[in-house]
Amino acid sequence: MLEIKDIKKLAILARIKLSEEEEKRLLKEVDPILGYVAQLTEITSIVGEAKKAGEHKNVTREDINVTETGTNTDAITSNFPEKDKNYLKVKKILS
Amino acid sequence: MIDLKNLTIKIAHDAFAKGEYTAVQLTQAYLDEIKKNDKDIHAYLEVYDNALIQAQFADKAIATARAAKKDFPLLMGIPVAVKDNILVKGQIASSASKILENYRATYDATVIEKLQREYGVVLIGRTNMDEFAMGGSTENSAYGPTKNPHDLERVPGGSSGGSAAAVASNETLIALGSDTGGSIRQPASFCGIVGLKPTYGAVSRYGVMAMGSSLDQIGPFGKTVADAEILFNAIKGQDIMDSTSLPEIKTEKIPENKKFKIGVPRDFLNMGGIDASIIANFEESLKKLKNLGHEIVDIALPNLKYSLAVYYVIVPAEVSSNMARFDGMRYGKRVSGGNGIEDYFLSREAGLGREVKRRIIIGTYVLSSGYYDAYYNKANIVRDIIKDDYKKAFEKVDIIATPTAPSVAFKIGEKIDDPLQMYLEDIFTVPINLAGVPAISVPSGVKNVNGKDLPIGMQFIANHGREDMLFAVSKSFLGEKNN
Repeated sequence: MLEIKDIKKLAILARIKLSEEEEKRLLKEVDPILGYVAQLTEITSIVGEAKKAGEHKNVTREDINVTETGTNTDAITSNFPEKDKNYLKVKKILS
Repeated sequence: MIDLKNLTIKIAHDAFAKGEYTAVQLTQAYLDEIKKNDKDIHAYLEVYDNALIQAQFADKAIATARAAKKDFPLLMGIPVAVKDNILVKGQIASSASKILENYRATYDATVIEKLQREYGVVLIGRTNMDEFAMGGSTENSAYGPTKNPHDLERVPGGSSGGSAAAVASNETLIALGSDTGGSIRQPASFCGIVGLKPTYGAVSRYGVMAMGSSLDQIGPFGKTVADAEILFNAIKGQDIMDSTSLPEIKTEKIPENKKFKIGVPRDFLNMGGIDASIIANFEESLKKLKNLGHEIVDIALPNLKYSLAVYYVIVPAEVSSNMARFDGMRYGKRVSGGNGIEDYFLSREAGLGREVKRRIIIGTYVLSSGYYDAYYNKANIVRDIIKDDYKKAFEKVDIIATPTAPSVAFKIGEKIDDPLQMYLEDIFTVPINLAGVPAISVPSGVKNVNGKDLPIGMQFIANHGREDMLFAVSKSFLGEKNN
């Protein structure tokens, strides 16, 4: 069983502010879902066999710039919430 | 007047070729329908103001081809609606979320680039959806739900509910959706049209906003199997921009009137929770297939019963990672707080909806230290075993058949406060995404509820890369001519 303090902690980890009401509602909603998926933790006898690693492979490419510098600058900077010329403006991190 | 109700890509193409009407006229006909009906249905979040200009371009290319007595692509000048999580350069792409309300795409998704550059389609607008594709009813849109064209009190399904409703109400000829656990097939079923979830890797995911990256696929909606097939063939193919896309599997052309061996997972159908009308319709459909000369056999998929539990661990885990980028810093909604870190908390609080937050919290939980092995690792092991079940089944049969959804379209608001109940809606569609195989939903009948005919869907599943078999068996089932 989850408790309100667990929801609070998860919200901090996930960088989401929740109101008290939202915390309560989430607790009520999330708990049955976790209860449902917990059946996975109880599976001890599985029909079949888990595959060993090896089926998946990495796909790599050269680490090169594929577009000319400046091509998408305007499109990208016009989506900035705040800017100063072409610089993205954020609050000071170290104070 | 163009008969939009019975229109197919082939019919429109022939009309363009003969000069019976133009792409501008066809696009205008759809825009008129949208104007007339979409205030009730709310399939579109935005109709692109350059749709007629795109149609003019197509008409020029068609005129040039006609003058030179040359063929032109089947899709040229054909209106396509686009789910709001697929990027069209310069247009807003919001994923029906507040956090991306004013976000303008900086590049074209590969599917969009192909459709525009190689085929000259007309992108008519962006369609409503559950926020970031999380949901099965389109009620999770930050911009209000889409209504089912067959009954305005009911949901169109989801998450690609806007695309399905737009096709079903003749507000576009064809549409693009995305399917992570049934988000194309279930709305196709609820709206009485055809929807395909391609093989994982068959269609490039470049430019579709990631939800469950190991499960997401873009796919087509159409009123006919042939239309869905034409759109699929146009968007498929390996893409250097998506390292999970796969080279095409070369297969021999399926002969006309081919008889398929169709497997039915009986145990799975008997587990309860499925509407009696769905079971009855499914049995009737099997009879019909048998009468058409196909062979029906029982098969076992013993681990399918764990599919939903696996899915609702893997998806929130991938969601909590994928959603981390929406923090109000570089794009999207930013809510200012006392310091930089508070900006994150406030922007995400204001910008993200209930279901998105719910999945982020669950995902954060199952990935956290101490629970990772019990949930996430276990889910991946069981996922591999489910894949294996399918692999073994496809050694014995060509096609697997199930209903698409356990019920017909439900009422708006009926399940919104019970997320677990909403998740159980995905029981037939989720295992297919876990296995990465392709599946199609086709209309198989209706259930009459209070004088309204609500569509029922039939799902056909094939082995990796065998969409051609799905099209062939679906055409046989619906009596659609091969062309």
